[in-house]
Amino acid sequence: MNYLIVRRLSTQLKLAQIPNRKWKSVVGLEVHAQISSASKLFSGSGTSFGAALNTSVAYFDASIPGTLPVLNRKCVESGIKTALALGCQVNEVSMFDRKHYFYADLPNGYQITQQRAALANNGKMSFPVITPGKKVYYKSVQLLQLQLEQDSGKSLHDEHLKRSLVDLNRAGLPLMELVFAPDLETGEEAASLVKELMLILRRLQTCSCKMEEGALRVDANISIHQEGDPLGVRTEVKNIGSVRSISQAITYEIHRQLDTVAEGGLITNETRSWDAENRRTVAMRDKEVLQDYRFMPEPNLPPLHLNLKPGSQSTEELVSVAALSEEIPELPEDTRQRLVEQYQLNAETAIILVNEPILLEYFVNITRDLSAVPTKVTSNFLINDLLTYCHKSNLNVEDCSITANDLKSIVKGLHTEQINLQAARQLIQLLHTSPTAKVKELIEQHSLEQICDLETIEAYCQQAIANQPKAVQQYHKGKAKALFAIVGEVAKISGQKANMKSVVACLERMLKATKK
Amino acid sequence: MRRHLQWSIKQLTSSYADGQLSPRRVAEQALEDAVNLKTLNALVRLTPEEARQQALESEQRYQKKQPNSSLDGVTIAIKDNFCTKNVHTTCASRMLQDFVPPYDATVCSRLRQAGAVLLGKTNMDQFAMGAGTVDSIYGPTKNIWSEDLTENNWRIAGGSSGGSASAVAAGLCFAGIGSDTGGSTRNPASYCGVVGLKPTYGLVSRHGLIPLVNSMDVPGIFARSVSDCVEVLNAVAGPDGKDSTTIRQPFTKLQLPELDAIGLGAVRIGIPKEYHCNGLSAEVLETWTKVADLLECAGASVQQVSLPNTAASIFVYSILNQCEVASNMARYDGIEYGHRAADERSTEQLYAQSRAEGFNNVVKTRILTGNFLLLRKNYDHYFEKALRVRRLIAEDFAKVFEASSKEDRVDILLTPTTLTEAPLYNDFSSLSNRDQCAVQDFCTQPANMAGIPAVSIPIRLSKAGLPLSLQLMSRSLNEQLLLSVARWIEAQVAFDSLDHRLEQKLSL
Repeated sequence: MNYLIVRRLSTQLKLAQIPNRKWKSVVGLEVHAQISSASKLFSGSGTSFGAALNTSVAYFDASIPGTLPVLNRKCVESGIKTALALGCQVNEVSMFDRKHYFYADLPNGYQITQQRAALANNGKMSFPVITPGKKVYYKSVQLLQLQLEQDSGKSLHDEHLKRSLVDLNRAGLPLMELVFAPDLETGEEAASLVKELMLILRRLQTCSCKMEEGALRVDANISIHQEGDPLGVRTEVKNIGSVRSISQAITYEIHRQLDTVAEGGLITNETRSWDAENRRTVAMRDKEVLQDYRFMPEPNLPPLHLNLKPGSQSTEELVSVAALSEEIPELPEDTRQRLVEQYQLNAETAIILVNEPILLEYFVNITRDLSAVPTKVTSNFLINDLLTYCHKSNLNVEDCSITANDLKSIVKGLHTEQINLQAARQLIQLLHTSPTAKVKELIEQHSLEQICDLETIEAYCQQAIANQPKAVQQYHKGKAKALFAIVGEVAKISGQKANMKSVVACLERMLKATKK
Repeated sequence: MRRHLQWSIKQLTSSYADGQLSPRRVAEQALEDAVNLKTLNALVRLTPEEARQQALESEQRYQKKQPNSSLDGVTIAIKDNFCTKNVHTTCASRMLQDFVPPYDATVCSRLRQAGAVLLGKTNMDQFAMGAGTVDSIYGPTKNIWSEDLTENNWRIAGGSSGGSASAVAAGLCFAGIGSDTGGSTRNPASYCGVVGLKPTYGLVSRHGLIPLVNSMDVPGIFARSVSDCVEVLNAVAGPDGKDSTTIRQPFTKLQLPELDAIGLGAVRIGIPKEYHCNGLSAEVLETWTKVADLLECAGASVQQVSLPNTAASIFVYSILNQCEVASNMARYDGIEYGHRAADERSTEQLYAQSRAEGFNNVVKTRILTGNFLLLRKNYDHYFEKALRVRRLIAEDFAKVFEASSKEDRVDILLTPTTLTEAPLYNDFSSLSNRDQCAVQDFCTQPANMAGIPAVSIPIRLSKAGLPLSLQLMSRSLNEQLLLSVARWIEAQVAFDSLDHRLEQKLSL
């Protein structure tokens, strides 16, 4: 008895010795990616998004008695390619299972998935984490499992007529479920992981990754604990509709849990839904009773055997993993390294270009066709000017109506000093608002041509020096930065058209002369 | 009785070819007989329009001397758990009472292609859960061999494919399609005195067969002779892209040797001692011994073998059956098809009420038990363990069929099919469904565990004038030898499937 008390006291003492231990957040993701495929996972019906309700439904998808699943080989191949690209170990034999639950949009009363033996395990992903205002860093996450499974249909609830309607177009669509280890800490890391995953899947063409169409769905498991303690109780956040929401939802949920604990509350194991409009997670009311899915092997599908032998070829009977590995294109991280090596770009530039596939495409095109232009001129223009413009205008780069050729003309103009940066920026805006216009015509129309004539520039400089006596004075006193004020004056006088390089040289020369 | 009913399918189709008989006449007479024999309750639905149209087309093909196959114009009946396009397929349940499939099961489409004439759909136990064809919303099927067909003194046809067995035994059609999960084809074949074949698992497509236990279900074939059975098997067997569990290698049509060319000298017959079980009637035992002697006298080597795990089979079967039933029945929620209750207060209420009204007690009991056995906490203890024992049972067969020493190896196992002659309805229905199946499936369901082919052939009549049958089993895909031996026995015992003096009984 005494001993116990002492023990307890000593433990409490220990705890007290570590005041304000740091709270840590732990985040794990589960991603459902619809496999791009002409037909469903186990039936021959079509998969196009937005087809008229209940028109892409084979008898099997509607669970008509007597119908049987037939595994779509294309989906298996896409799953394998994805697994290989994510460094997984592809399993020689995988199996399908039935997961039972009753829901109106689940016609069979069970989902066919892979519970006991998945297609692939033990992958790893390394990806850059981009947090606004912070230095980019790399994070690694383990991919525990990649499995194939069917999607469910969709229930539509008509509150007015008090009835539910079911659309089975989605029922049976092929999904890859990717289960990641809880190796992440923040919303930004989670969003960056998904961003990288999307880049990879798009390269592989195994998923369209259109979150707005539900082609990629992300569920996040979140918990908090104090350093040194075991993991806390986790909540699951569903219904996250965009990459940006991933970061927001997780950040919100971490803070909600921290606040709850700070107020002396308890975190309960529950499923919460992201409310994008009000920017908060809310507890989902339904099915929080403990579900027992009564898993059972799917008896209508024989085990899926794959050929793992190096150098093997696929046959009608057996898919060769080695043959598929030959089809894997360059992956985003390889591209980044190649950009750094081949084009002497810095790592951050490479990350930005790769993360915006269209920018990368422009970059590669322009540098290929304009070999005289330093790659930096091109990458700087694309990132600092084009991308910034798009961000400011709330525009996807893909949706900006400037063509690759327009961009090439602008970069060329920059390089030959026909136009300056100000003009280039103006051109982006003009081209976006009137997409049919030609760069050359716009330069003439808006007289955007850069002024390089030395006499004109000298005249501008003279006037600027006269207009900025204070700055001149400071400059002479040794404050070199004061020159910018005078340069700015020239820019103003010339209508932003003077060649700034020439202006600086001219000013320096003239100021040196007047100092005497 | 119509003369052509005594004929084999081969004789029937050659009479079509030389114009002696016409498919239309045979179909018309079959439809007429079916109405006259309504008391048997073999068919739950006649398909006169299909039958007449198919017979007409068949006749035209014969006139052009271009029959589709050796089954062209042959009347068949199909168990009501095989989907038939635009023809009700009910599984003899309220749940599917109004279900009209939009497609043909592979077995049905292949028969159609072969030119067979569909007479109608046959009675069964609800969702094939039974061994008597007594649990049907259409009422029980009677055994044509019954001493008394009038009161409740009649004999059961066996099940669950009792309707097809009964239809073939009554001469309504030349062949019937059943399904066999634990003996559902062989059991009624045994009671009704016809040949009942359960092919190797995966040899015949299950696409369109409404499942009972997917990993054991096999389409079965009824006929009045082994050769007729082969004709049907040849039409329906072979790989099917719509059923991933069909055996991929192409199917070579069976061609049985002529009777006098069947030599038994090289055939090794095994008599598994475990099949000498409790409840085996003296008459069946005597029949078993007689046929074993017959084979031995003809030069076959006959020896006792052991299949030590046989007794466990019934329990394993019971667990796997109920688990798969629980899963397979989950789709019947009244949303897409099937019975929908009027209660629409909530989706859950709609499910519950539809299922409560649509299923009988046997089905409900199996669903509840199966779901219990599949719970996470029970899975390993029941389902997983049952799978392991199932493998042991399959290995028992592998050991006797593939033993390394030639002395221990056998080609064919000879066993009873059912333990007794067909029971009286009153006796049978006093037992629970569980006991009905446990007793009646004892000798038949191990073959389903192992996926091996098995055939029941009628041997002789009991003292009560009822058929007594025996079962032959062989290793997977060994139908050729299995049916050759069956044919040899058939010729020796000369059982007449139509010798039930039905007209006499009906006129009494």
